[in-house]
Amino acid sequence: MTIATLTWLIPLPPLLAFFLILLFTRRNNAISHIVGVGTAALSWLLGMIVFIAAIGAEHLGENPITSSVGWLALGDKIFSIGVLIDPLSAVTLFFVAWTVLMIFIYSIGYHNFGQPKGAHDVPGLPPEGAEEHGHRVPSVEPMYARFFAFIGLFAFGMYTLVVSDNLLTLFVGWEIMGLCSYLLIGFWYAKPSAKAAAIKAFMTTRVGDVFMLLGIVALYSATGTLSFREILYSHEVLETLANTPAGVWGLSAAGLIGLLLFIGTVGKSAQWPLHVWLPDAMEGPTPVSAMIHAATMVSAGVYMVLRMFPLLSAGWVEGGDLTTTMTVMAFIGAFTALFAATIALAQKDIKRVLAYSTISQLGYMIAALGIGAYVAAAFHLVTHAFFKALLFLGSGSVIHGMEHGVLHTGEHIDAQDMFNMGGLKSKMPITFWTFLIGGFALSGFPLITAGFWSKDEILADAFANGRWIVFGVLALAAVLTAFYTMRQITLTFLGTPRTKAAEHASESVRTMTLPLIVLAVFAIGAGWVGIPESFPGIGGVLPSWFHDFVGGTLLEHPPAAVFNATPLLVSFAVALGGLGLGWLAYRRSGQTDPLRQPLGPIYTLLERKYYFDELYDWLFVRPVKWFAEQFTYLFLDRQVIDGILHRIARAAFSLGRIFRTYFDAPVVNGFGDFTASVTQSFGRALRKIQTGQVQQYLLFVALLAFGGLFYYLLTILQ
Amino acid sequence: MIPLSWYLVLAAALFSLGLYGVLARKNAIAILMGVELMLNAVNVNLVAFWRYLTPDSVSGQAFAVMVFAVAAAEVAVGLALVISIYRRRKTVAADEINLMKW
Repeated sequence: MTIATLTWLIPLPPLLAFFLILLFTRRNNAISHIVGVGTAALSWLLGMIVFIAAIGAEHLGENPITSSVGWLALGDKIFSIGVLIDPLSAVTLFFVAWTVLMIFIYSIGYHNFGQPKGAHDVPGLPPEGAEEHGHRVPSVEPMYARFFAFIGLFAFGMYTLVVSDNLLTLFVGWEIMGLCSYLLIGFWYAKPSAKAAAIKAFMTTRVGDVFMLLGIVALYSATGTLSFREILYSHEVLETLANTPAGVWGLSAAGLIGLLLFIGTVGKSAQWPLHVWLPDAMEGPTPVSAMIHAATMVSAGVYMVLRMFPLLSAGWVEGGDLTTTMTVMAFIGAFTALFAATIALAQKDIKRVLAYSTISQLGYMIAALGIGAYVAAAFHLVTHAFFKALLFLGSGSVIHGMEHGVLHTGEHIDAQDMFNMGGLKSKMPITFWTFLIGGFALSGFPLITAGFWSKDEILADAFANGRWIVFGVLALAAVLTAFYTMRQITLTFLGTPRTKAAEHASESVRTMTLPLIVLAVFAIGAGWVGIPESFPGIGGVLPSWFHDFVGGTLLEHPPAAVFNATPLLVSFAVALGGLGLGWLAYRRSGQTDPLRQPLGPIYTLLERKYYFDELYDWLFVRPVKWFAEQFTYLFLDRQVIDGILHRIARAAFSLGRIFRTYFDAPVVNGFGDFTASVTQSFGRALRKIQTGQVQQYLLFVALLAFGGLFYYLLTILQ
Repeated sequence: MIPLSWYLVLAAALFSLGLYGVLARKNAIAILMGVELMLNAVNVNLVAFWRYLTPDSVSGQAFAVMVFAVAAAEVAVGLALVISIYRRRKTVAADEINLMKW
């Protein structure tokens, strides 16, 4: 079997799991998770085989692993779909396979497999715990099997997106994930907040998706193909697109298509101004948050713009002026990075902090791509996927431990509020150390962690190309990132417990800690493949493999940034400074935030997320509701459409009455009645002879017979 | 030799007697007896016509035998009906049995 054939097979096992679980094994939790994890492991294995084959291939960028089949005949052309493994999809496949598998395994423990059923648990609500030997213990999730079916479908969507060789199947995978994120965020559908969050996520990403679909259509009409190779590896196509005016705002065709596609990413990767859905998506189970926020969906947005980078940057030369699309991306990315980081400062919910940090880090990648730092963006995508999956799973483990404490003590507190935690370091050592690694990677702790190398590369790239604004904004965002990460670690793990529940928290089960350890290894090790060769001291000890490999995806391999001490020192300073400040500010924190007092109204502004939810409610939701109520329902539906219908009905009614009065009643009924009454009078006259006396009948017969005989004889005789 | 017409007259007389009995008697048994007379009048006719007109074929005799058989069956059914009616209504008078009146 060739590698290309194996690539075709990668997405299929989780899809199979989806159908198997839903159709056959859904009543049995053990079989269902074996099917779910087993198929994920199979995809992982296929992915690793393909990945190893890909890194072993010479000049993979020029000669990628491809295979395609004709799929749809459009006029005289055949639209073909297929798979494509080039350096970018190979590294994406690598981190997707690992994180997805880890999340599947983690879900077993997170949903309390092996625990008793709760007496009051109902499908659609989180399990409330069960009574066992006089203790309250966690209870198994009522919809355990269904969860594995859904994340299976989700994994199918992501693998499809990664291996596809054209924009259309990429979009199919993209939309499957959109559906799954809706299903999974609303997994506990009986919770009103989860239901609302699911709808919000679906609607918000839909805004981006519509524009993306427009972009795909525009691209198809301009080039007649959606295949990545045919568009992105052809100088002619790119040049034509860059030089054709689109007729809107003086953009080129490439610019317009790029902008439209980028709006899809803004929705999917939760960039400002479509970021509002992602924090609310925390309503889903934590493995879902990790799926959506780390391994798959939000990464898909960045993956797509990385994939389309040659188109987005068509007409741009290294070191020259940025194209419109790139400028927009740099602006939105940098703004989002800073904006989300500030909100994260004032959040209490452990998962919401991570959600905003995800938005912020995705902003980093978008900004990096906007200034042309292609490899740095891809690098950060990979490292971020690992450490953010680690952080989310770690936070799920913390919440799990806290819930254990809550069940044990019977306190009524929010198990996700960091100000209810504290001192968990000794209670949950594995979770603490892995979370610390993840947190330090997120903050860019120098030299060891993966996050440092990828973030440093972005900053170095911005510095080397003289993008001062982007550099400054991203550096500032990095300080804030380190600060809120340390705040989170300090509040959660350090100090003394703030509640009884935190005192009684306990370490999670092995199925949850094992994925944490594996991901922690990657959160550190994933950075070592991308250490710049010019780095003083340790540069060149390990080959800077990532840059050469992923850089090969592009037609013209991007040069490595020249080493400069300034961005490196900035990286050191922001990471260590932010971490140190965070520790100083929060090491003695009680149940209120020590920053609330000095910041005053600014703190409230941050806590309420700059009132974006309220703004959108006022700006979009209410007008649309008003429009739906007043215009569509009351005017259009009730008056116009119903009015027409009523008039038709009334006309038909009076026509019917005319027919009834002048035709049916006199003619049809008259005829029927006449027939009946004639028959009746005959019957009445004739019944006289039915006397019931047999002899009389016989007499009639005899008389008639004689009469007939006489008549006959008479006629004969004449 | 006795001419054919004599037999025919005899048969007609017998038939008329039977018909009168059927029409005029009240007792159902008597009506059945009348029917038997009429059937036998027909038999006389059949045998007479056979003997005088087509003595070579046996069809006249065959018809007569068939009429016997039918008559026997008819009497059996008829008497059964009469008994059944008698059991229900304690009468065999034909003019009292008018269940089929309109």
